[in-house]
Amino acid sequence: MNHLVIAPVLLPLLAGILPLLPRHPTMRQRRILSLAATVAQLGVALALAAEVSDGEILVYPLGHWPAPFGIVLVADRLAAWMLVITALLALFALLDAIRGADTAGRHFHILFQLQLFGLNGAFLTGDLFNLFVFFEVLLIASYGLLLHGGGRERTRAGLHFVVVNLVGSTLFLFAVGTLYGVLGTLNMADLAVKAAATPPENVPLIRAAGLVLFGVFALKAALLPLHLWLPTAYAHASAPVAALFAIMTKVGAYSILRVYTLIFGAGAGSAARLIEPWLLPLALATLIFGMLGAVTSTHLRQQAAWLVVASVGSLLTALGLNNAAGIAAGLYYLPHTTFAAAALFLLADAIARRRGELGDRLDPGPAITSPRLLGGLFFVTAVAVAGLPPLSGFLGKFLTLRAALDHPFLPWVMGAVLAAGLLGLIALARTGSLLFYRALPSEAGAAEVWPTLARETVPIIGLLLLGLGLTVGAGPALDQTHAIATQMLQPQAYLQAVLKPGGTP
Amino acid sequence: MEALMALIIGVLTACGVYLALRARTFPVVLGLTFLSYAVNLFLFTMGRLTIGQPPIIAARATGYADPVPQALVLTAIVISFAMTAFVIVLALKARADLGNDHVDGRREP
Repeated sequence: MNHLVIAPVLLPLLAGILPLLPRHPTMRQRRILSLAATVAQLGVALALAAEVSDGEILVYPLGHWPAPFGIVLVADRLAAWMLVITALLALFALLDAIRGADTAGRHFHILFQLQLFGLNGAFLTGDLFNLFVFFEVLLIASYGLLLHGGGRERTRAGLHFVVVNLVGSTLFLFAVGTLYGVLGTLNMADLAVKAAATPPENVPLIRAAGLVLFGVFALKAALLPLHLWLPTAYAHASAPVAALFAIMTKVGAYSILRVYTLIFGAGAGSAARLIEPWLLPLALATLIFGMLGAVTSTHLRQQAAWLVVASVGSLLTALGLNNAAGIAAGLYYLPHTTFAAAALFLLADAIARRRGELGDRLDPGPAITSPRLLGGLFFVTAVAVAGLPPLSGFLGKFLTLRAALDHPFLPWVMGAVLAAGLLGLIALARTGSLLFYRALPSEAGAAEVWPTLARETVPIIGLLLLGLGLTVGAGPALDQTHAIATQMLQPQAYLQAVLKPGGTP
Repeated sequence: MEALMALIIGVLTACGVYLALRARTFPVVLGLTFLSYAVNLFLFTMGRLTIGQPPIIAARATGYADPVPQALVLTAIVISFAMTAFVIVLALKARADLGNDHVDGRREP
């Protein structure tokens, strides 16, 4: 038993509880603890990734109850990949938050760590009900984070977000209940085995439960037509929170990939390939609608939020192709789009703060201070988000299109992805020219002091450098995502590791 | 008993969905509560309905009730309780911040 597997879950939980113990921890102590915990999570995630890189699947039975009777945590390549992405994103979001955004409420760091607790748990768990519990953990932390700082608009956006997600949770429980009622287990590996061997009269029930579950994950991933909660919620969250939320939609995408390759995968008999007719068309529609939303946005943060919707569309298009090349392309695109979206949210906040009352509204306004630095950063971010060469977004899209070459949907995929790329380009070009070229002349503001400016832009530059690293290191990264895709499409090893620990595969 | 349970779950769900679609926050909160009651009963029923059977090993037991759904329901109740408390506080905050109890914060009827 390898205790490294549970470390990504325990670390943020402890770091979230510890600041509650002393009576008056200073902000400095909270920041140091939060930052140290996040760095440690990154280290643990990297160690775990190194551990599973040879294709080994680490199973951690909680309380030493063997599966399927106890809950297991399972670390495979996909889980480790997601953990590394989450830890990197959280680190930069936190670096931005400790500049001062965390002082707006007393419990920012606690909620932040609990959100990471929920995220890491959701990636590691091997039990469907446990996945529900971790979803709730990350959601209740996200409710608190979304409302962090207060304000009219934030409250209204928060109310919608909470109500929609509560309905989603109820549906999740209905689906889990149905699966348990029919198959008598909740362990994902055991579910896969039992679903494949179920008598034909039970198949309609399993299919119904699987589709309800798909609805829940689609809601979390913001897949059309369940995306309407996202733009307002993300556009009104504070900058570091919106940056961290860039990973939230990916939890939905992760769950879709995990559940529908494992439980309803190719080996599941008559319940196999359950969502194939739904996923790809909906993903393409999400892509187009997200980009249309970005074109019609009136505020920069709103535009960034719509671009997140569009990125979910691209990601699920790649996953929806349902072949190894498609999944590998999607998993390569996932970190890219997460980092780029987070950078855009942080940048939007930096720009909005320099435009006085105009904020992030997309109207010509007075020129902002430090236009060269921020304009340059906006240019690079826009190139990344729109998926133009030479950055990783282009590679992700190119690989998706190449994976679609033999797919019957090829004309649709090709048309939608290319049209969406054009729309994204138009939207971002318009925004950039409005913000930086059509700026009204204004009296020269006081030059900004370097240390402040540096602290403001370091998280953004860091996120962009991660994207650049993904471009330069595309070879190894793609090898890794191909290995993940192969592992996902051959769930036998997973079943073996969970259900027969110690047995030779 | 099965028919009665099914009827109760169905009526609770229908009321919950209807109320959750209302335009004021208080009915919406009530609707979410009804939905969570319905899903708790549903989870409980998924372990099959048995009367007077022990859920853990007992010497003179003739049969057993499934203990897993009971544990699941307990978890689900705790979570839905916390979520209901949160959404009530949020609804009150929205009432205070937005000046009315419309879910979109609008003033018209």
